[in-house]
Amino acid sequence: MTAPPLPAVVTAGRDRARRRARRLTLALALALVATVPLSAAIGTVEVSPLQSVQITLGHLLPGMPWMSDGSLTPLQDQAVWQFRLPRTLLAVLAGAGLALAGALMQVTVRNPLAEPYILGVSSGASVGAVLVIVLGSGAVLGLGLHAAAFLGAVAASLAVVALSRHRGALSPTRMILTGVALGTLFSAITSYITVSTSAQNVVGVLFFLLGSVSAASMGSLIGPAAALGVACLVAAALTRHLNALMTGDEQALALGIDVARLRGLLLLVTSLLTGTIVAVAGGIGFVGLVVPHVARILVGADHRRMLPVTVLGGGLFLALADLLARTLAEPTEIPLGILTAFVGAPFFLWLMRRSGAERAGMGR
Amino acid sequence: MRVRARGIGVRLGGADVLCDVDIDAPAGQVTGLLGPNGSGKSTLLRSLYRAVPTHRGSVRIGDRDVSAMPARERARAIAVMLQDAPTDVDLTVLEVVLLGRIPHRSAFGDDTREDLRIAADALRRTGVQDLAGRLMATLSGGQRQRVMLARALAQQSPVLLLDEPSNHLDIRHQLELMQLVREQRSTVVAALHDLNLALTSCDHVVVLERGRVAGQGPAREVLTPELIGRVFEVDARLLGEQDPTFAFRPLSPLRSALP
Repeated sequence: MTAPPLPAVVTAGRDRARRRARRLTLALALALVATVPLSAAIGTVEVSPLQSVQITLGHLLPGMPWMSDGSLTPLQDQAVWQFRLPRTLLAVLAGAGLALAGALMQVTVRNPLAEPYILGVSSGASVGAVLVIVLGSGAVLGLGLHAAAFLGAVAASLAVVALSRHRGALSPTRMILTGVALGTLFSAITSYITVSTSAQNVVGVLFFLLGSVSAASMGSLIGPAAALGVACLVAAALTRHLNALMTGDEQALALGIDVARLRGLLLLVTSLLTGTIVAVAGGIGFVGLVVPHVARILVGADHRRMLPVTVLGGGLFLALADLLARTLAEPTEIPLGILTAFVGAPFFLWLMRRSGAERAGMGR
Repeated sequence: MRVRARGIGVRLGGADVLCDVDIDAPAGQVTGLLGPNGSGKSTLLRSLYRAVPTHRGSVRIGDRDVSAMPARERARAIAVMLQDAPTDVDLTVLEVVLLGRIPHRSAFGDDTREDLRIAADALRRTGVQDLAGRLMATLSGGQRQRVMLARALAQQSPVLLLDEPSNHLDIRHQLELMQLVREQRSTVVAALHDLNLALTSCDHVVVLERGRVAGQGPAREVLTPELIGRVFEVDARLLGEQDPTFAFRPLSPLRSALP
C-alpha cells in the first residue's frame, strides 16, 4: 500500500531548504577537511600540502614508508606535527565549539545578543589565567594556566546560575543581567591585577584575553574535543526541543517539555564547552556571537539545519582566521580575537543587508 | 475522554485566583469557560495541564490523574492553543506545526512521513496550507492563530484546550474555527469572551466569577439573562428562543466600571 503523496504546496519549501542545507553542510565539511592539512603546510618552514598529509598520516598509522625514507626533514616533521597541526585543530575545535555554544546560548536565553561568554565564562577564566600569569602557579594551588582558567570559567557559570535562580526557576533576563554584572566584576579584578604587574606579563595577559591558539599541543586538544563531542550529541538529541523553546516557554511546556530542566542542561553543556575552550585558547571573540546568525541567514532557524552549518562553519572560520593571523604579518602573530573581528565584522554586516537575512529575524 | 477537575485552588502572588473550582467537561463535547476579565478563565485552563501550580485539587482525564502523568505523556493527551501565538519566531509555518509531533517522537531522527502527513492535514483543515513555507513572523494575527490551532491538531490528543482561540479572528473565521473544533470529536475546553459564540458552539459552559464557579451545565440552561447580568454586570436580553437567532445583546453596563 502506498501512502497518498504529500501536497507540494506544503512540502516544496521544506524540501528546497533541506537540499540547500545539505549542500552547504557537505561543502563546509569538505572545505574543513581540505583546510586542515593546507594550513599545516603553510609557514616559515616549507612543507608541501602533500607532505603535510604524509606527516599527519605517518604519525597516526604505523609503518608509512615516507616517514623513514628521508624525504621529510625532522624540521618539517616538527613544524607540522608539533606546532601547526595542533594549533589548526585547536582553531577548528574552538571555532566549532564556540559557535555551537553561542547557538545554544541564544536559544537558551532567547536573545540574539547572547554568546558563549554571556554568563561571565570568559571573564571568570581570565581571572584564573591572569592569576597564574602574574603570580605564578604556586599562588593558585599549583594549577597550570589551563586548569586555573577552566576552574575560573566553571566557577563563574556556577555563580551566575546560583545567583540568578529565583524560586527554583532560571529566568533568561535574570541570567543575562547576572552574567553581565559578574562579568564586569571579574573583568575589574583582571584589569586590576594586570595594571599592577610588569610590562612583560601584560603582553601575556593581553594574548590570553584576545584569544590565541598558538600554544596548542596535541594534549591540549583533548578537553575541547571531548566537550565538543558531548555537546554535539546533546544538541543533536535536542533539536526539536530547541525549536520548541524558540516559540516560548509556555508553548514548550504545552508540548510536554520540562523547560527548567532543558534550560539547566543547555547551560551545563555550554558552560563546560566554553570553559574547556577558553581554558586553552583564551577569550576568542565574535565567533560564538556571529556564526550562528550567519548559519540562520543561510539555512533558516530550524536547529536541525542550522546546527550542523554552525558547527562546521565555526570550525572553518576560525581555522582560516588562524591561518591569516600567523601569516599576514609574519613573523609577528596577530592575536586571533583581533583577526576574527577584522574579517568577521564586515562580512557579517554585508550578509545582514542581503535579502535572505529576514529569515533569521533581521527584519525586526 | 472526560476532563474532571475537583476542588482546584490556585494562589498567585499571594492572592487566591481560583477557589475550590469543580468542572466537568464531557467527553467529545465542547465546554466553554466564560467569565469577565480576571475571573480566572486562563488560570483554570492552565491548571488543567499543570502550567500553573495548584495548591489544592486534582484534575483527571478519563480515569487518569494529570499530576501523575509524565510531561510527554501529558502532552500526548492534552494539546493547548495559547492565547498569544508567538510573533517573533524565525520558523516556517510547517516547522511550527511539526512541533506538535514532539510528544510522539523520540529525540533523534527526522520527521517521519506520517508526521508530515499529519501536519499537512492540520494545515489543510485550518485553511493555512498555502502559508506552509512562510515565516511565522510574516503572518497576520489571525493567520498565526490558525497556525497554532494546526499545531495543536497535529498533536492528535483526545483533549484540546483553547485559550481565547477567536481573539484575532474575523467573524467568519471565528465560526469556522469553532466548527472545526467541534468536528474533532475531542474533548474541548475553550476560554471564550464572546457569549454568543459560546451559545452557538459550546455544548456545555462553565461561568467563572472571581475565581469561583457561578454556573455550569448545558449552555442554554446556564446562560440566562439573570446570570449574565449578575456575573458580567451588564443588562442583557435574549433576542429569540429558536436556533440560530438565539443570542444575547448587552445593552448597557449596570454600573460603570470606571470611577
